[in-house]
Amino acid sequence: MVFSRRTLRRLAADAGLLFAAAAFVLPLAWVVLSSLDAQADLQVKVPGELTLDNFDAVLEPEITFTPLLNSLILCGGATALTVACAALAAYPLSRFRSRFNRPFLLTILFATSLPITAIMVPVYALFVQVDLIDTMHGTIFFFAASQLPFAIWLMKNFMDGVPKSLEEAAWTDGASAFQSLLRIVLPLMGPGVAVVTVFSFVMMWGNFFVPFMLLVSPDQMPASVSINDFFGNRGTVVYGQLAAFSVIYSTPVILLYVLISRRLGGGFALGGAIKG
Amino acid sequence: MTAEVAPGPAGASPRSPGSGRRGRRLIRILPLSPALVLLLLFLAGPIGYCAYIAFTDLQLTGQASSSFVGLDNFRKAFGDDDFRNAVWLTLVFTVVSSIIGQNTLGLALASLMQRASKPVRTLTGGIVVTAWVLPEVVAGFLLYAFFRKEGTLNAILDWLHLPGQNWLFTLPILAVSFANVWRGTAFSMLVYSAALNEIPKEITEAAEVDGASGWRRMWHITLPMIRRSIGTNLMLNTLQTLSVFGLIWVMTRGGPGNRSQTLPLFMYEQAFQKSMIGYGTAVALLLLVVGSLFSLVYMRLLRTEV
Repeated sequence: MVFSRRTLRRLAADAGLLFAAAAFVLPLAWVVLSSLDAQADLQVKVPGELTLDNFDAVLEPEITFTPLLNSLILCGGATALTVACAALAAYPLSRFRSRFNRPFLLTILFATSLPITAIMVPVYALFVQVDLIDTMHGTIFFFAASQLPFAIWLMKNFMDGVPKSLEEAAWTDGASAFQSLLRIVLPLMGPGVAVVTVFSFVMMWGNFFVPFMLLVSPDQMPASVSINDFFGNRGTVVYGQLAAFSVIYSTPVILLYVLISRRLGGGFALGGAIKG
Repeated sequence: MTAEVAPGPAGASPRSPGSGRRGRRLIRILPLSPALVLLLLFLAGPIGYCAYIAFTDLQLTGQASSSFVGLDNFRKAFGDDDFRNAVWLTLVFTVVSSIIGQNTLGLALASLMQRASKPVRTLTGGIVVTAWVLPEVVAGFLLYAFFRKEGTLNAILDWLHLPGQNWLFTLPILAVSFANVWRGTAFSMLVYSAALNEIPKEITEAAEVDGASGWRRMWHITLPMIRRSIGTNLMLNTLQTLSVFGLIWVMTRGGPGNRSQTLPLFMYEQAFQKSMIGYGTAVALLLLVVGSLFSLVYMRLLRTEV
């Protein structure tokens, strides 16, 4: 059989991609297979028999539900705060011309790429002094502040896409700027708000360093930190349970990502938002 | 949330300007204030505080007040073998995992995806992106299991009759670098896929007709056309990689010894395990300054967009 050049090239590309996919999938296969295997160790292998025992074992208040609830309170609270503040801030930046806008936006852009890791030591020292250490609200405030620059930046860009004429009509009808933001602009940029919300939430859900530094008491720890208890604190490591917990903890963000990328096409506007 | 939209008459003019212009301007800026307060208190505040305590001998315990020590912390850092080790490892980690690994692999995957068939493209994209979406700590555990002596990598090498080794002990910095490649390549892949899709088909086809080989097309046409994306991607990758903490913490805790201790882990160890907040912060400030420089370059690359 003779293939055309084009077909050959496609086959070569397919082979290359499949090889990469195989390499990338190995660690993922480990976590899925081990979570279903009562005798899981560190190697990828098909379980002798499939079992949900690992899930049964970790679905305890102390191991799974409390940390996940803590994660939800932390990330949900901080995301709500981030989105609300970003939407409010984006409105004047997008709608009114002011000599204040450009320097503000440049500062915001600069702040989006600062390494947050680097300021965690001073944040810790500061939080000890003002008594915010080991408090959920303190951690929520810091999470929100660290995510705000990017959220404002994205939100402003999405808001620029909503035509101004609709609001002007509402203004003539006597609506205030706040009403037109809430009733007209935000509903029209629904997908944009969704991207900012999901992105902020996913970033915080996976963040380890911030709660690791700012929270102390074990009963307040989110899943990103409590997962480390599978090592050490509980004696020998039960890899199957660690894998089961990892699956439970990772599922929400994967679902959110799928949801948002279905809605907005691959790479969910991130490519567009940061393109050079 | 969608039902309320009632388009008003087209071309209606805005409400006529009110009286006090100054008051109106204040009201216009008012919505900015919640964000501004949060940013000042929780972002600008700590950065300012960082710049201050980096010049003091603040300690974690048993010390009522700290005193100003000038540049002592920095002098100490540059004379400290462990600090120089951390700088070197951070460089290796950044160059291997971000500049070489994520960037090149991301570009390679994106350009293969341009030619591959759709099912393969979707499958590979899905797997690579899943690795990226996973929480950092989970990614750390998965690659810990992969590189452990009893882990998957050695099992595969054994199956191929190649000698295995205890990767996390013999080559810890390479193991965590590969872990970062595994975790971060999706970002570059998405950026480059978007960039490659924007290259007009006619251009590559014309070059093909002229008989330019694959590599020549890549070098003379594709790369120059996406050079802005390359710049942006390199900047963002590098900034991201500079602040990786959880991944390395989970895999090696910076060890064995300090053989995978990059700057963030060094900073953490000095500040908390050795209780020298002042010294740890000085290291943090250096990291912040390097990050800011990259950030400024990134802004130059984006300058047309603001």
